[in-house]
Amino acid sequence: MTHWIVAPVILPALVAPFIVLAARYHIGIQRVFSVVGVLALIAIAGGLTWQASDGTVTLYQLGDWAAPFGIVLVGDRLSTMMVLLTAVLGLFVLLYAIGSGWDDRGRHFHALFQFQLMGIMGAFLTGDLFNLFVFFEVLLIASYGLMIHAGGNDRLRAGVQYVLFNLIGSTLFLFALGAIYAETGTLNMADLAERVRLIDAEETVGIRVAAVLLLLVFAIKAALVPLHFWLPSSYAEAPAPVAALFAIMTKVGAYAIIRVYTLVFPPDLEVTQGLHDLWLLPAALVSLAIGMIGVLAAKKLDRLVAFSVIGSMGMVMISIALFTPEGIAAALYYIIHSTLAGATLFLIADLVRCSRANLQLTPQAPMAGAALTAALFFAGAIAMAGLPPLSGFLGKLLVLDAAFDTDLVVWIWAVVLTSSLISILGFARAGSVLFWKAHSVTPPEGETPLPRPAPLSYVAVGGLIALLGLHTVFAGIVHGYTTTMARDLFAPGTYIETVVDTPGKLSKPDIDKAADKEDH
Amino acid sequence: MELLVASAIGIMTAGGLYLLLRLRTFPVILGISLLTYAVNVFLFASGRLTIGAPPILRDDITRYADPLPQALVLTAIVISFGMTAVVVMIGLGAYLGSHDDHVDDLPEPDADASEGRS
Repeated sequence: MTHWIVAPVILPALVAPFIVLAARYHIGIQRVFSVVGVLALIAIAGGLTWQASDGTVTLYQLGDWAAPFGIVLVGDRLSTMMVLLTAVLGLFVLLYAIGSGWDDRGRHFHALFQFQLMGIMGAFLTGDLFNLFVFFEVLLIASYGLMIHAGGNDRLRAGVQYVLFNLIGSTLFLFALGAIYAETGTLNMADLAERVRLIDAEETVGIRVAAVLLLLVFAIKAALVPLHFWLPSSYAEAPAPVAALFAIMTKVGAYAIIRVYTLVFPPDLEVTQGLHDLWLLPAALVSLAIGMIGVLAAKKLDRLVAFSVIGSMGMVMISIALFTPEGIAAALYYIIHSTLAGATLFLIADLVRCSRANLQLTPQAPMAGAALTAALFFAGAIAMAGLPPLSGFLGKLLVLDAAFDTDLVVWIWAVVLTSSLISILGFARAGSVLFWKAHSVTPPEGETPLPRPAPLSYVAVGGLIALLGLHTVFAGIVHGYTTTMARDLFAPGTYIETVVDTPGKLSKPDIDKAADKEDH
Repeated sequence: MELLVASAIGIMTAGGLYLLLRLRTFPVILGISLLTYAVNVFLFASGRLTIGAPPILRDDITRYADPLPQALVLTAIVISFGMTAVVVMIGLGAYLGSHDDHVDDLPEPDADASEGRS
């Protein structure tokens, strides 16, 4: 048993208090430690991904307690890929926060950032539902702090809404966990997968309620309509680097849905019949439509980006709701794309805010550095709207292709294609108002122009767009990888065996413990 | 005892939900507190209700209380306590900053300020 798998959780958990305790008054030292920490995270996550890429499922028993009794961390292809994605996104967001000076506008940005990373990594790696709740709380409490970073009345008000909504979500999560425990007597995901099948067909009321409650909780996290109301104002009011990091938080919800509803409540399970096609898919279609209509209707750039995130989550959820290996593979490809594109757009919105009086989509005098910002916005909008040549187009094609054989193909194709058109209109309108119409407005006399954004900000945004480019160029490899990942998810035998059968303290006496002790 | 516990959970949940739907932060926070009480009792009851039994598993014991929900409840209590403290602080900050403790969005600046408010 190696200890590397726990490092993505432990490392930020050590860096964060160090920053608070030892470098509280020195922003330079904080920056150095934060960046080095994230670079180390990327290296570790890369190693873990490489290790899992041949199909190995790595198990880590905390305190060496065997699976149903102790908490386990599990690294398979899916979770290690999400960890790597988080770490890479974290680096660029951090570079932007440093370049734009956002981290210096309030206290403890870097410490909270590390705690946030810790929570996200833990949520991806854990193999236990209650532990998932705990890591959700870790990432949420850090996100509350980040959300109201740098203060301001509007931000605090949006923060109150955000916190209250998430507290309700956490309470629902606890109700779901209580119901699951009462029905099955376990909260370990692999153990649950075995026990849920054993439930008598006559006595499924409790477990069905639990499955729906759990889906609601994850749907709140994934901002699925009609549970999306917390997202637009909180993402729009949050500081830009924080909003960009939050782009991965909606994906935590999507990840949890993929994990739990392929492993514990798979689509062929009698108990949860109808949950995916009857409820999840229509909600996803409405999310996509609402998100893209919101893009067209938004009066401010930050709201526009927030709604585009809702729309792209709708796209991810459509693909997930198909619950076929092709659908999940397409969803995973699109999750990577949507995370990078959403983060890019939030950062670009902040580039605009930096050298413009406000973010209202009205013609205003030209801003400093408009050419470069406009080019970046153009690339980001193409990615998010799903036009060729960037990965949004490929992701959308994969989703459409995966939906081709289903009964609802007409609905899915109609909504996806129409909403794409609407989002293209929305982004084109925003871009032309922001960058082209500005040239017809003469700046008022005697007003000093706002400064142009720092070069490091451009490097961070450019880096994210370069990643989107790589995601497009190596689409074949990435999609091949997500296809094997989806195949693993629908044949979770290795996962369950690894978790349940690996010996540890309190494991069944028939397993030879001597063999295990040699490993330590 | 089952009836007592079940109705306690039900009444607290109902009261909590009612308060959650109020417009101002203070009742909403109270509602969330009530809901967390309800969920704590619910979690506790998820390990079945037993009276006077030790929460310890030993080889020669046949009657015991399930120890796991108690650990879960402890975690849930600590987390909800901390979260409530955080939301009170943020809510207080928002109220002191804008002299308004509504939880819904501010009306647009050009809209009638008194519209849609209770």
